[in-house]
Amino acid sequence: MPKKILFFFTLTMFCNILFSQNTVSGKILSQQLEILSGAHIHMGRNTVSSDYNGNYTLSNLPSGSIKVNISFVGYKPVDTIINLQGDLKIDFKLVVQTANLQEVVVRQKIGNINNSVAEQRIKKATIEKYSNKTLGDVLKEIAGISTLKSGNAVVKPIINGLYGSRVPVINNNVRLEDQQWGTEHAPNFDVNSAEKITVIKGASGLQYSGDAVGGLVIIEPVRSKKDTLFGKTIVNYDTNGKGGSVSTAIHKGNNLGFSWNALATYKYLGDKSAPDYILSNTGNMENNFSGDIKYLAENYDFTAFYSYYNAQIGILSASHTGNVNDLYNSITNKIPAIINDFTYAINNPKQEVQHHIAKLNYNYYFNESENISFQYAFQYNKRLEYDVRRGDYNNTAALDLELKTHSFNLDYKKNLHDWNLKSGVSSSFQNNFANPKTGIRPLIPNYDKIDFGVYSIISHDFTDTFSVDTGVRYDFSKTDATKYYQKSRWDERGYNEEFAHFIVGDYSTQWLTKPSFTFHNISASLGFYKMFDNNWDWFTNVSFASRNPNPSEFFSDGLHHSTGVIELGDLNLEKEQATKLSITLQKKYTDFSLEVNPYINHIQNYMFLRPVGFETTIRGAFPVWEYQQTDASLIGIDFQTNWNITSQWQYLFSFAYVNGRDISNKQSLIDIPPVNLNNKISFSKKEWHQLLLELKSEIVFSQNKYPDNNFYTNIIKNDSFESVLVDISTPTPAYHLLHFYSEMKLPVFSKMQTTLGFSIQNILDTKYRDYLNRQRFFADELGRSFQIQLKFNY
Amino acid sequence: MNSTTQKSFRNSFSNVNRKAKFCGIALVALVTFSCSNDDNDAPPVNEEELITTVTAIYTPQGGGTAITLQYKDLDGEGANAPVVTVSGPFAKNTTYNGTVTFKNELASPAEDITPEIVAEGTDHQLFYQKTGNLAPFIYGSAASNFDSNGKVIGLQSVFATTGAAAGTLTITLRHTPNKNGANVAAGDITNAGGSTDAEVTFDISVL
Repeated sequence: MPKKILFFFTLTMFCNILFSQNTVSGKILSQQLEILSGAHIHMGRNTVSSDYNGNYTLSNLPSGSIKVNISFVGYKPVDTIINLQGDLKIDFKLVVQTANLQEVVVRQKIGNINNSVAEQRIKKATIEKYSNKTLGDVLKEIAGISTLKSGNAVVKPIINGLYGSRVPVINNNVRLEDQQWGTEHAPNFDVNSAEKITVIKGASGLQYSGDAVGGLVIIEPVRSKKDTLFGKTIVNYDTNGKGGSVSTAIHKGNNLGFSWNALATYKYLGDKSAPDYILSNTGNMENNFSGDIKYLAENYDFTAFYSYYNAQIGILSASHTGNVNDLYNSITNKIPAIINDFTYAINNPKQEVQHHIAKLNYNYYFNESENISFQYAFQYNKRLEYDVRRGDYNNTAALDLELKTHSFNLDYKKNLHDWNLKSGVSSSFQNNFANPKTGIRPLIPNYDKIDFGVYSIISHDFTDTFSVDTGVRYDFSKTDATKYYQKSRWDERGYNEEFAHFIVGDYSTQWLTKPSFTFHNISASLGFYKMFDNNWDWFTNVSFASRNPNPSEFFSDGLHHSTGVIELGDLNLEKEQATKLSITLQKKYTDFSLEVNPYINHIQNYMFLRPVGFETTIRGAFPVWEYQQTDASLIGIDFQTNWNITSQWQYLFSFAYVNGRDISNKQSLIDIPPVNLNNKISFSKKEWHQLLLELKSEIVFSQNKYPDNNFYTNIIKNDSFESVLVDISTPTPAYHLLHFYSEMKLPVFSKMQTTLGFSIQNILDTKYRDYLNRQRFFADELGRSFQIQLKFNY
Repeated sequence: MNSTTQKSFRNSFSNVNRKAKFCGIALVALVTFSCSNDDNDAPPVNEEELITTVTAIYTPQGGGTAITLQYKDLDGEGANAPVVTVSGPFAKNTTYNGTVTFKNELASPAEDITPEIVAEGTDHQLFYQKTGNLAPFIYGSAASNFDSNGKVIGLQSVFATTGAAAGTLTITLRHTPNKNGANVAAGDITNAGGSTDAEVTFDISVL
């Protein structure tokens, strides 16, 4: 509707209404007496369209002069005034518009989520290469993203130096609640169900959360609005692990009515191997399923979605150490303490995780520019961690956690010309149950958590080349936990002064406590996007996020078996507040594009584990680390370029550097990714069955900025105690890996497109260890692996 | 193309919004009251697998005062330091037969874990390491000191004193050691591997 007319109508609504009711009718024709149906006729505050025969009728028109406007595409509009004294019959003949249509500018919105942040997208073709790997592995394709690993099946993404609770994963609009506080807890997600992955480096995705201090990973599944039925099957086999996966997805799209998607994946790999030996007990298995049904109507759609993720992950046998002396032995012996023959069996120590998501979505579209959506999601996460235990206990999990989360979201979007508004409310109710039948004091206690958030994001396009967006979010969070503290630990932590009111029961050697914490947080984001001439794009964004301490940071209280460290939480912890300034410059030439992204992230009350001493137990001495807070600053730069040398040759280069500093303690932060460089050259020839060849070189430098957390322990040598250094701080040396990927589309079946992929990971079988792999004290990383993958599209 | 005014836009929006909000709140109320977990006040975890006490009793061959070495840590990974006691000095020129027992004294009644270790004999081995000028502690030769594969478990040891001496004794219980490693059967812990279930050190004197 033309803005002028709308304005005119609103105005006339408030004018006095005259009582005379007149009717005007007639016909709309062209100069050549052709019928014009669907022309817009406005008289006074009434409007109508001409019908199939070009006739129109407008009733209840007041007497006196009324403005008349008639318009039809391709014709000059009629603008006139009629003096109405009674019913009138009047025809209009419209004149053809000879001037050309004004230039139509179609500008693709750069970001769906936020205009002032350059979002990083991973395309489906790239995701498919990682069909039998993990989400963390896929995300490494983006400059600035590294991975924190515990072995090679447990992979967590690190965005610009931050990971874990600082990087929420949003899967199909549901925030994944899967005990992500744990460094050896990978996101419970099947790579195959992702159609599109978007990464926001920073806290700008305020509609999803206010605590994404590191960034957001947003995963979207396949959506089809065309009335088609199509599917895809991927089968692959890896020589390292002697296994692979098979994944099938079928999609029935529709532009109206019912549509559905279904996906199933099965993955099984046995022990992996390093160049010189088998990594015993590193097999892993996955059973995943997801499906949804959607009903699309003219102005609304309704979707029901369910997904199931089930994984069994073997943990390197040699990595579950005992005390400090065992750790010293592992570090000095260059090979793992336990090396057995290859097996497919997954024994203890291992993780067994199940994650269910059930979701209902209702979207109502007022019109093309305004819609509201309501979502309810239920997540059930069951995590069992098995350790090597004595006797019958070996069949009982050492950790048994059940996490149930209900979440409700209401989101409203409105687009008015060059204004865009997104606003909404979200709430979630979470319950964590740590099963005591493990016979081991649980790592984190039972708790109930309520979250409530309200947000508003506004963006405005000042011109075609400049837009600003801003958003603010308020979050309320309340956690009520139930935890037994050993009295000796309660006193050692000094909790009695401030937290005595949490004590509700006395169990001789333990206190029963009910800690309760409430948080009110504000997060905000402000940025702008400017498109210069010569295809330069400039994004600037400042975001402010607040993250509450997670259950591990508050309540950790005991030996963490996979690290051999006693980890202690602190009830005194306060929320983290991060301010990030991120600037991205993009330049697109015809055949060359580059993107530079420097950033600075200042985090107040940054929580991390810091060594504070030792405790002697009957099992020997263990280092004690406790959660502390400090002011930290992470400064870095991500860089990538893409060069189409010819239509067949392409070269990609990416580079990332981040410097993490503990400002208060004047030292470097631990576990900061070292500089990494990636070079990839690819050759494609469409004539040879769409052949694609890629050679990739991955260089990871040694991290030379790290805190010194080394300590000494006494071991017995030659009948006397000798003090030896346990070096857990020195990062691993630099390494260089070469990978190869190739694919070809084979016309084997007529109705089915077959793609054959062959790749080699670590071509030179390089022996190396990675600083960000928790198992670097025990074993080398994976050796060479050949993979064959077949993809069928039908 | 809608011809309603902006005012009725807002009306219809807030109607839907109100309805949706009501549904949301109703669901919330329903769920909150149906999902309360009453396991909050369950008793504390019964740690049955814990070893709290290691006792080594050395009885002199031919009679005399037995020496008891005891290491007690009643709060597991808790903050309190363990309590280590040595009942007295060893006598010179005496051969002692030692027996080690493991207990969980946090269980009630106190549980003797030693039979479990014997039952899983193939998965356990004890190591005796000394410092100072003490005589070595060697494995006892009785059949009960060996597992079903004929490999030593090591709950029994022999300590033959000579002259006056002083030093320390560290007894280590390893779980799933590599019993076939070099010198492991002789009591050398260097290539034993496995994980440490107990590691206790006593000050020993021979007077």
